[in-house]
Amino acid sequence: MKKKVIEVSGLTKRFGHFTAVDHITFDVEEGEIFGFLGANGAGKTTAMQMLCGISKPTSGSGTVAGFDIIRENEQIKRNIGYMSQRFSLYEDLKVWENIRLFGGIYGLSDKVIARKTDELLERLNFREERSTLVKYLPLGWKQKLAFSVAIFHDPGIVFLDEPTGGVDPAMRRQFWEMIYEAADRGITVFVTTHYMDEAEYCNRVSIMVDGRIDALDTPGALRRKYDTDSMDEVFRQLARRATRNE
Amino acid sequence: MVEVTDLRKRYGRLGRTLALDGISFTAGEGEIFGVIGPDGAGKSTLFRILASLILPDSGKARLNGHDVVTDYQKIRQIIGYMPERFSLYQDLSVEENLQFFATLFHTTIEENYHLISDIYRQIEPFKKRRAGALSGGMKQKLALSCALIHKPEILILDEPTTGVDPVSRKEFWDMLQRLKEQGIIILVSTAYMDEASQCSRIALMQGGSFIATDTPQGIIGSYREILWSVEGSRITALLATLRQHPGVKSCFAFGERLHVTVTKDLRPEVLKQELIGKGFDDVRIAPVTPTVEDCFMAIEQK
Repeated sequence: MKKKVIEVSGLTKRFGHFTAVDHITFDVEEGEIFGFLGANGAGKTTAMQMLCGISKPTSGSGTVAGFDIIRENEQIKRNIGYMSQRFSLYEDLKVWENIRLFGGIYGLSDKVIARKTDELLERLNFREERSTLVKYLPLGWKQKLAFSVAIFHDPGIVFLDEPTGGVDPAMRRQFWEMIYEAADRGITVFVTTHYMDEAEYCNRVSIMVDGRIDALDTPGALRRKYDTDSMDEVFRQLARRATRNE
Repeated sequence: MVEVTDLRKRYGRLGRTLALDGISFTAGEGEIFGVIGPDGAGKSTLFRILASLILPDSGKARLNGHDVVTDYQKIRQIIGYMPERFSLYQDLSVEENLQFFATLFHTTIEENYHLISDIYRQIEPFKKRRAGALSGGMKQKLALSCALIHKPEILILDEPTTGVDPVSRKEFWDMLQRLKEQGIIILVSTAYMDEASQCSRIALMQGGSFIATDTPQGIIGSYREILWSVEGSRITALLATLRQHPGVKSCFAFGERLHVTVTKDLRPEVLKQELIGKGFDDVRIAPVTPTVEDCFMAIEQK
């Protein structure tokens, strides 16, 4: 059996009387691409914050990258990668400066950073953009660079929060090919998206409704279970059950 | 009637960034005109010019006969504009925001309630809640209500569904269909290609230009590639193998399948046998109708 990179049980977060995340229990295996879906307000962001060690659960327990999410949240932060759609790189720094900055934050030595920077630019075919300010890069390029920076320190797992929103169709697919490459290298990928075709690219997906995980399986199994040929329809059937209006 | 002729706009030092490279189109009453393209294509620049918020370098745009540059005061009375970023007052309640926009346009919520009732009723139970504390889908509904409260003739919606989940997106488009039936002209931009079918006509936008303008059916009808869907297990290996094939022009993932464009002389049975020979035993190949996303990628590649 493969190693579990995420293992949580009964994870719950309450804000006052409001239960944002309601007893979620699931595992993610090493090298898996795990799609974390749900309607706006279903509790995805709160759940992700707990997994990343930046929010303490009200109750429940679990480990991420081998560390306890309550007692060892600082170690979790050091051993994961994170990329959000809104903010991931400094627009007013050059490409190499961004890489240097994030490499430094994760404690890599100058020598390692220099070597890995060359490798990264080579792999992305970005050599000529080394000294370009990030704000001048097209969005799709920025997202590819941001992803590479998020896994620059070779984390066991990377969290991607809607990484492809607004990206053009061809670039969106190239981005997913990068995700596959990372997963092939053994990096576990935990990803949220509103594109249901992208849900198909995941090994397994979970769908959150009103703070609970109401479905978790491979895309194929979910389509069969809900008797439809599209993940879009699976999502609709589940999201319609939502009763809370948050 | 929206009449746009050869709009051009550059930004930045020495005008280095070309945002609009000669845009022309018309849109009429009862039409939903969709501008579809990725971030950075120039959609927001176009809509800001039409909303009289920025000036074009050259070209003309008229909305129901009023020029967006010289008649800007009139323009602002007849349009409802929903910018890309949520720009209501986060610290005012739902009701206070709506009241505020009604007052600005010398009207009241009661006077035009019929226009927004469909949409507003869904958020009315939360009318005392601060706008900043609403979920994404509810914010969109409030923003649309605020853009409609003065009974505009033309609605300009800049990426209203970005970051909104599939169910709320569907609801939002249903509302637009009902507004269209009331004779409002709707200009709407989106990066979601699957929303194209909801529009009367669409323009595919890339690099400041419209690369195609037609009805969604027309766009799909003018697709000239031979397109197959290929299915099987080991989809990533299959993708890599197909890309190496001399008869394959392009190959991309589309959900659980691959969409492959091929040269005229390649036969599906032949390709299937070749793939089985390479160990892809369960491969299935079938012709498939292109989606707007296929069309976008085909035009973009040229």
